[in-house]
Amino acid sequence: MSIKGGVHQDLIHDSAAKHVSGRAEYTDDILEPVGTLHAYLGFSTVAHGRITSIDLSAVRAAPGVVEVITADDLPGENDVSANGMHDEPLFATDEVLFWGQPLFAVVAETRDAARRAAALAEVSYDTLPHATDIAASRAAGAPLVTPPLTLKRGAVKPAMAAAPHRIKGQMEIGGQDHFYLEGQLSLAIPGEDEDVRIFCSTQHPTEVQHVVAHALGVPAHSVTVTVRRMGGGFGGKETQMNAFAVIAAVAAKRLNRPVKLRLDRDDDMSSTGKRHDFLAEYEVGFDDEGRILAVDGDFFARCGFCSDLSGPVTDRALFHADNAYFYPDVELRSHPLMTHTVSNTAFRGFGGPQGLIVAERIVEEIAYHLGRDALEVRRANFYGPGRDLTPYHQQVTDNIMAEVVDELVATSNYAARRQAVLDWNAKGGIIRKGIALTPVKFGISFTATWFNQAGALVHVYSDGSIQVNHGGTEMGQGLHTKVAQVVAEAFQVDIDRVKITATTTDKVPNTSATAASSGTDLNGMAALNACEAIKARLAAWAADKAGLPAEAVVFGTEGVSVGDKVTDWAKFIGAAYMDRVQLSATGFYKTPEIHWNRDTGQGRPFYYFAYGASVSEVSVDTLTGEYRVERTDILHDVGKSLNPAIDLGQVEGAFVQGMGWLTTEELWWDDKGRLRTHAPSTYKIPVASDIPREFNVKLASWSENREPTIKRSKAVGEPPFMLAVSVLEALNMAVASLDGYANCPKLDTPATPERVLMACEALRSAPAPAKVLEIGE
Amino acid sequence: MGKKMHIQMQVNGKAEEFLAEPRELLIYTLRERLNITGPHIGCETSHCGACTVTLNGKSVKACTVFVAQADGAEITTIEGLGTPDALHPLQTAFKEHHGLQCGYCTPGMITRATKLLEENPNPTEEEIRFGMAGNICRCTGYQNIVKSIKAAAAEMNAAKEAAE
Repeated sequence: MSIKGGVHQDLIHDSAAKHVSGRAEYTDDILEPVGTLHAYLGFSTVAHGRITSIDLSAVRAAPGVVEVITADDLPGENDVSANGMHDEPLFATDEVLFWGQPLFAVVAETRDAARRAAALAEVSYDTLPHATDIAASRAAGAPLVTPPLTLKRGAVKPAMAAAPHRIKGQMEIGGQDHFYLEGQLSLAIPGEDEDVRIFCSTQHPTEVQHVVAHALGVPAHSVTVTVRRMGGGFGGKETQMNAFAVIAAVAAKRLNRPVKLRLDRDDDMSSTGKRHDFLAEYEVGFDDEGRILAVDGDFFARCGFCSDLSGPVTDRALFHADNAYFYPDVELRSHPLMTHTVSNTAFRGFGGPQGLIVAERIVEEIAYHLGRDALEVRRANFYGPGRDLTPYHQQVTDNIMAEVVDELVATSNYAARRQAVLDWNAKGGIIRKGIALTPVKFGISFTATWFNQAGALVHVYSDGSIQVNHGGTEMGQGLHTKVAQVVAEAFQVDIDRVKITATTTDKVPNTSATAASSGTDLNGMAALNACEAIKARLAAWAADKAGLPAEAVVFGTEGVSVGDKVTDWAKFIGAAYMDRVQLSATGFYKTPEIHWNRDTGQGRPFYYFAYGASVSEVSVDTLTGEYRVERTDILHDVGKSLNPAIDLGQVEGAFVQGMGWLTTEELWWDDKGRLRTHAPSTYKIPVASDIPREFNVKLASWSENREPTIKRSKAVGEPPFMLAVSVLEALNMAVASLDGYANCPKLDTPATPERVLMACEALRSAPAPAKVLEIGE
Repeated sequence: MGKKMHIQMQVNGKAEEFLAEPRELLIYTLRERLNITGPHIGCETSHCGACTVTLNGKSVKACTVFVAQADGAEITTIEGLGTPDALHPLQTAFKEHHGLQCGYCTPGMITRATKLLEENPNPTEEEIRFGMAGNICRCTGYQNIVKSIKAAAAEMNAAKEAAE
């Protein structure tokens, strides 16, 4: 017999019944306290300029307006940067650095009144030249928002010079809007003394707490931030909630009334950060077998107007510019460029996808050059014993990439299907096909080592029910479900006894962002440690009473046994309470083994790696550029899964989101520096009819984390996002067929139908093919 | 302030009557006036579907329907389909088949799916995908949503056969 809801079981999301009946409470659903006011923002209407005058009299005079708040009204510093760089003003005061930058806030009796009033501001500017993209930023002298990073091993110049083959190339990689279904919003309720309580949709309650305290000029202990659940986060609520929470809090304290701020979607998309666009310039040296000898790469990123998380994001791009491949001699440099756009931020993968995709493109380039199946080139370059040192000098010790790929090759029938695609294309029709298999290796841990800590608070009540709180936030990923499973397993009770409560800074302090895929690894372990502390007290008490050693106390499915006597859990706990045993404990965890020295570019930033691979097959209409993903097969490694059903959902969702990033989701700024794709009407997010027509997703059932992580599982949030690269390279192949695979079409991303068509046209107008792809065995 | 209009509507079987500016958007009527918070605000431009409700037998995006257009209408939201203790088969299926993650799109998704299955009680996977293409989910990749709807269709068809 086993308990209901322990670990390694398929279990539904803890809020599923509430979600399907419309009873799950999001921040916007919280009943507004009597007297709640609504704030809105006034935004800049130039991309770069000096404010020459700002007249807010019409705003103040508008119906329903209670207050207007400018930078002068802030009790603390006009800064919401969370990284200590002091480069992110809440309100622009003199110089405006992007279109849509907040200038002031207006507080009114209704949200409608606040929005209407905000539009009445009269602001004049001396406009200044702006650089909204990477090329313009480089032309303007390539200012950086944060110090760059170089990763280096060996001597790349002589290795490159000695290589039998060399290719130089570049790749443009587009950004991405999070489009969390629930937009940014915050409700602040003033309390006595300096207190303020904030309900908001954030992945990082502790950071909101600190930034609000900073803006109010009060100690952190006065600010409490609570989040029960988010309607999606994806990294977009790691730092981006800070400004909105500050405005609500400042207004609430100033007016002594609750204040709510919920952004309209268009303003949300225009004035919050996104995934970084990148331009990669690379050179690769390789031998006749396609084995990589040297890689030299520059990674330019559109960071926006301030640093935010651009340092660690561009670092992570370099950390993943090798993907699963050994580069004997290598030098990689990041260029976190300042641009006159909203500051880009965390987004699932955190720069990793932009690095990884370049490794995959390099492999494709080699394959086209040598006339081989790219899979052969991939296999020839996988990390393995003796070829296992990354560009950041961490040794890859598990080396299961080949095993994952081998299994997927077999289950997806890759070889026969690739032959069928080649045969189809050889007929020369308008519809061309492509197929590609791409691997993923992704490093798990925050590269900011101190972030790799977590706390939990577990209460066992005298009736035997259990309440758990931990520092992680729930955004749909099933974190609370997994942690509840860990707790149920620890006490050997059914999961119905375990209740997870809202994340709040007054229960568990000093938490890290729920980010970097680390939520379960960190918080699951912290919760387990709290449970173990309570169990140890219970065991000591029960053993002492029975005159037995503590080992004689066993927490089992039937109850707690002490020697041969088994007591029902609730009765056991009731007795422990009556005998004055402390039934509450905190738990703490910090990831062991990891260290990283950014100055030397060496260390072990990652505790372990997660792996996966995917095969995608596409059909492309070469007269229109339109395409369809016919089939995708995925094999993904989550170690020994805590909850396979939830993990499969993460893999499927991440893949489709990644596919959106690489195919249809295009951010487009006009010549005035305005984002013109600021709603789902113009920004195309995948819908149900866009997903692969056949979609086979499996977890590697044999995998087990070699590190002692929580129940030997692995993180799952980000790694599968990059499985979508197989779609891009399959599109590339379909286009390449137009000239007999003689050239790598080098599709940039997003590979919109427009871009695919242009790539087709480029090949059609190119000279006739000189060689034909050889087909590997 | 515009002139107010006398509005009557049936929401989840309950008669509602109030004065409202005709341009008030139905999603605000539901969420802020009637405290029916299952339908969510997503994009406010009728593209994401988080606010989908059934109005006089048709799926509509409540964020772009004026309350004046809903005068005299019968409206069903997710709250009118079932309660946590007595779920509609589609609600059960979404719950059991992991057809949700963050849950924010779920009420609109399920409300839309009820109409889809009325229009086409036995849809193919392809028909489900196209029939649900007006509702965005950013979390699941749709795979489990499609599975949930298929499972609910089978369940509902079996129940119908048993009743006949």
